[in-house]
Amino acid sequence: MIKRGLLSAAALVLAVSPLTTFADTGSKLLATGGASTIEGAGGGGIVPWATLSSYADTGEWGATVNISEVAVDDFRLSVQGASLSWNNRVELSYAQQTFDLSTIGGELEQKVVGAKVRLFGNLVYGDWPQLSVGAQYKKNQKFSLPSAVGALDDSDTDWYVSAAKAWLDGPFHRTWVANLTARRTRANQIGLLGFGGDNEQNAKWVAEASVAAFLNRYWAVGVEFREKPDNLSFAKEDAWKDVFVAYFPSKTVSVVGAYTDLGSIAGLDDQSGWYLSLQAAF
Amino acid sequence: MRVLSIVFLLLLSPVVVGQSLYQQLGEKEGISSIVEEMLYRVGGDERIVHHYDGVDIVRVHKLITEQVCDVVGGPCDYSGDTMKVSHEGMGVTHADFNALVEHLIIAMEKHNIPVSAQNQLLAKLAPMYGDIAEK
Ligand code: HEM
Repeated sequence: MIKRGLLSAAALVLAVSPLTTFADTGSKLLATGGASTIEGAGGGGIVPWATLSSYADTGEWGATVNISEVAVDDFRLSVQGASLSWNNRVELSYAQQTFDLSTIGGELEQKVVGAKVRLFGNLVYGDWPQLSVGAQYKKNQKFSLPSAVGALDDSDTDWYVSAAKAWLDGPFHRTWVANLTARRTRANQIGLLGFGGDNEQNAKWVAEASVAAFLNRYWAVGVEFREKPDNLSFAKEDAWKDVFVAYFPSKTVSVVGAYTDLGSIAGLDDQSGWYLSLQAAF
Repeated sequence: MRVLSIVFLLLLSPVVVGQSLYQQLGEKEGISSIVEEMLYRVGGDERIVHHYDGVDIVRVHKLITEQVCDVVGGPCDYSGDTMKVSHEGMGVTHADFNALVEHLIIAMEKHNIPVSAQNQLLAKLAPMYGDIAEK
């Protein structure tokens, strides 16, 4: 599954890259488009950032397509996503998630439609961080299992505020980027297990954070953390964490690999494993 | 975990010890050829070259070289106008500014300037954004 997905994305990237010239890709600096999250929005792997996906700067349009695979002990998540952004101001995104319950059997599905707007500030220049707000409308498409374990709704909207800042000459004379996101959500396991539950019906604020260091302008390493609600009594839900390496060989392609710890999912503890994501930007 | 320790070594190792930033940039001669390479690339960039219509590029080359040499602690005294005055009314956008910075980074890469020195210079120039780019 990973292999087929990645190969077809690689073929797509190769097919389109000769058509795009360097200026066409957009004027934002390399890597400032970030990677693609599993929910489609631009960001790290699991945390949406205040940065907008693609390299579209003042007056420019940009788009990305991406695929991601997360393989932990008893589950596997496959994501296909795309985004469109304009003027380093607005980002629209879409993601289709398939969650394979390898051990339990069966699969869950969800689609996520997102929008993000940069309110003010700038990742690289000036004293203020870049501040964005976003929304993610999520629709669970395989609701019978989530409903059976106590989830209340098959769709809902997450709201978030993100602040991101880069330090060009940070510790070790490396460029560092930090992002903080506050999200209001009632999603169970990001929505794959529906929304709200018998423990807690209402949305709450959760904290998400990422820190990355650029070894040079092509390679970055970092960590991410994502707090989650715990709405269902049938199984506890943990925060998600990962340690990642990102590679930006050009403005058209980026690859992120991570070691990820998703804690307990649906009663199965210590779910850890690998995350791999490939993005093409235009 | 092995990947992580390699990455950590990479993070630490390229910090060049004992040389000043001015020296790492190749002193006046090195800075002059980096700025030349940058302006040469600007000349081929349709996004921003229009800003330079009718500009005395030899003079701009001399002044930017002088300014870079000055801000990195070299033995130069910048003799041009302030960034605010010299870019007034030009309508430099965020995209334009990034385009020039990108050419500077590539010019430094071509001159094998260590990443740590590149970052130090960029951090000294980035605060000029507010005076150069339009709001
Ligand atoms: C960190 C970024 C920049 C630095 C350090 C810088 C530095 C300078 C310096 C020292 C001068 C000469 C000042 C004088 O005439 O006394 C100058 C002039 C000029 N700069 Fe910049 N500049 C930067 C960004 C830009 C950008 C982004 C553009 C447009 C794309 C630009 C376009 C020009 C032009 C057209 C002139 C010539 C003005 C004239 O002679 O009439 N500069 N710059």
